Amino acid sequence: MALTRSFDAPGLYFQSRTRWRLVEIVFWLATLLPFALLPDYLILASQIAITALFALSLDLILGYAGIVSLGHAAFFGVGAYAAGLLSKYGWGEPITGLLAASIAAGIVGYATSFVICRFRHLALIMLTLGFGLMLEELANSAGWLTGGFDGLQGIETWKLFGHFEFDLYGYVAYAYSLAVLFILFVFARRLIHSPFGLSLRGIRENYVRMPAIGAPSRAHIRTIYTISAAMAGIAGALLAQTTETLSLDSLGFERSAELLVILVLGGAGRLYGGLVGAMIYMIARDRFSGVEPQYWYFWIGVLLVTVVMILPNGILGGLAKLAARWSRS
Amino acid sequence: MQKVLIGLAGLILATAFGGAANAQDTVKIGIINEYSGQFADTGAQIDNGIKLYIKQHGDTVAGKKIELIRKDTGGIAPDVSKRLAQELIVRDHADILAGFSLTPNALAAADVSAEAKKFMVVMNAATAIITTKSPYIARTSSTTAQLNYTLGVWAAKNGIKTVYTMVSDYGPGIDAETWFQTGFKEGGGQVIGSVRFPVANPDFSAFVQAAKDAHPDAIYIWIPGGAQPGAVGKALAERGIDVTKTKVLGQDALGTETALKSMGSVAIGIITVADYDYNHNSPLNHEFVKAFNDEFHRNPDFFAVGGYDGTRLIYEALKKTGGKADGDSLIAAAKGMGWESPRGPISIDPETRDIVQTVYIRRVENVGDELRNVEFDSFPNVKDPAKARMAH
Repeated sequence: MALTRSFDAPGLYFQSRTRWRLVEIVFWLATLLPFALLPDYLILASQIAITALFALSLDLILGYAGIVSLGHAAFFGVGAYAAGLLSKYGWGEPITGLLAASIAAGIVGYATSFVICRFRHLALIMLTLGFGLMLEELANSAGWLTGGFDGLQGIETWKLFGHFEFDLYGYVAYAYSLAVLFILFVFARRLIHSPFGLSLRGIRENYVRMPAIGAPSRAHIRTIYTISAAMAGIAGALLAQTTETLSLDSLGFERSAELLVILVLGGAGRLYGGLVGAMIYMIARDRFSGVEPQYWYFWIGVLLVTVVMILPNGILGGLAKLAARWSRS
Repeated sequence: MQKVLIGLAGLILATAFGGAANAQDTVKIGIINEYSGQFADTGAQIDNGIKLYIKQHGDTVAGKKIELIRKDTGGIAPDVSKRLAQELIVRDHADILAGFSLTPNALAAADVSAEAKKFMVVMNAATAIITTKSPYIARTSSTTAQLNYTLGVWAAKNGIKTVYTMVSDYGPGIDAETWFQTGFKEGGGQVIGSVRFPVANPDFSAFVQAAKDAHPDAIYIWIPGGAQPGAVGKALAERGIDVTKTKVLGQDALGTETALKSMGSVAIGIITVADYDYNHNSPLNHEFVKAFNDEFHRNPDFFAVGGYDGTRLIYEALKKTGGKADGDSLIAAAKGMGWESPRGPISIDPETRDIVQTVYIRRVENVGDELRNVEFDSFPNVKDPAKARMAH
């Protein structure tokens, strides 16, 4: 990358990063293939898209700002319950439901960000874990509101734009989830390739030094944490709306842990890491559990160990390294 | 490295989307169950019940071959359960949905059953409302209300005037508490105290002590099973609860084979309510227990009998429809169907499609060298009281 030392070098740098590459365009076009080639798999595809969005939201804080979280499902759940409750009490319009969910999750994210921004590393794992558990127990005890263990009953999502009904085959569910994923991906991409995104990476590398060059670490962390929470909330709302079911597992520890696995599998700190991770993990899960409903976790384990041993930086990290070697030789 | 990657990608693609041949004259049963994770043993016992019935009765019924497609939810995951139900129907062309250990998963799949008009058999999940979510659902296990209401009625009738209740603080526990108290109060009993503890509570000493201090005639305990009966037993022994003076009441999970083993002799005298126990004394049950042991080298439990009777319901309904497997025909055939099960006579209520069965009151006793539940009272033809009240 030969940067001229001219006046607008930073501008050129950001421009070079934001340009859409051919691989990316092919990737997004390929996400449309299931409609034509695999119409029986659209429901799975829609849940992959939702998980991908959720993983992208975690990537923003974990991969870019270095905030390790084991409680990200809390925001997923808050968003899901916000949209679910709204729908249960008479407003099932999906788009406004998403907005409400993002606001609810964003508020919770903003409130907790004041604590989050004061700690790093292991302390963060404990904090986010504890926060997630608290919220889960809160939702359990508020059974009159959340439906408790049995789950929230009575969610009914209206037709999308008043026209498209969420069908048994998942055409609308996938189109809807994919569109939301794409829009938020473009937003995240823009964010990461902005000066703000660059300063986040600086914070990840050295939290203490960044304020010295004029980037307030804590304020930046609060901002990205809130954005990430809102995005996770939207993912949760998508799941609640497209499946019309919701229970406490949506904000449980297992969902947070699985998400972390997905992101590490795909490659943290890469925009497409969460997307690729969600795809590989969920397709593998679907296949393995179909063949071997009792012991499929064994094969998931094999997959994870293999990927981490051969590609320590995740699938995308490995591919990038491979591509680099290729271009050199 | 590249070769490995390409090979891997090829493998994933090849296994991922290889279609299955769609044979005619088969009836496909999609089983959605917990085969992995925390509830895997429950799932395994239900599956054993299904397997045993098919082994005994062949895999062809009314000229149709029965094909099972098993799907794992991995635990409480209504979104996964719903997706699996949808996929079973649109992708695998399943005719019938069955399984379901957990209420949230059953409720999620119920929507699909209603929308796709598919017969669905709930083989364990016990919350009353499940069968109301789709007109194509029948249940072959029990409902929490059915068992606990009956226990409450029994307690009030049998000299117990005051009760202290303690339950796990989540849906099923609260459901059980509500219905036990309803039955007990309607019979003239008085609840003098109640407490709810967290689901994953490791130590019950403080709760048992509080109950003891209230001097009730009986303590009612509801816990989900697993490692908890052992902990409850420990607390009862530690706090010196004398079951001849203060009775201890509970649902079947407090008296399963493993629960009794983990509690040891403290368990003697505990009174539980259940729809099935492997010690039930009937020729049909002796036969069933023997066949189950020959096949799986363990005793059946209420999960297994739910799977066994559920499969029987599917078989008999198919016989009645002459192999027609659409939801309307099957549910019409299932309504009102009754038969002799290893647990005693059972039937499917034609109105609510829920199970009607005998509910047993048992006491833990030392039989030979083993702790066993000995049935000493029973209530025949018990319907689900929750739905009986909804109708009024």
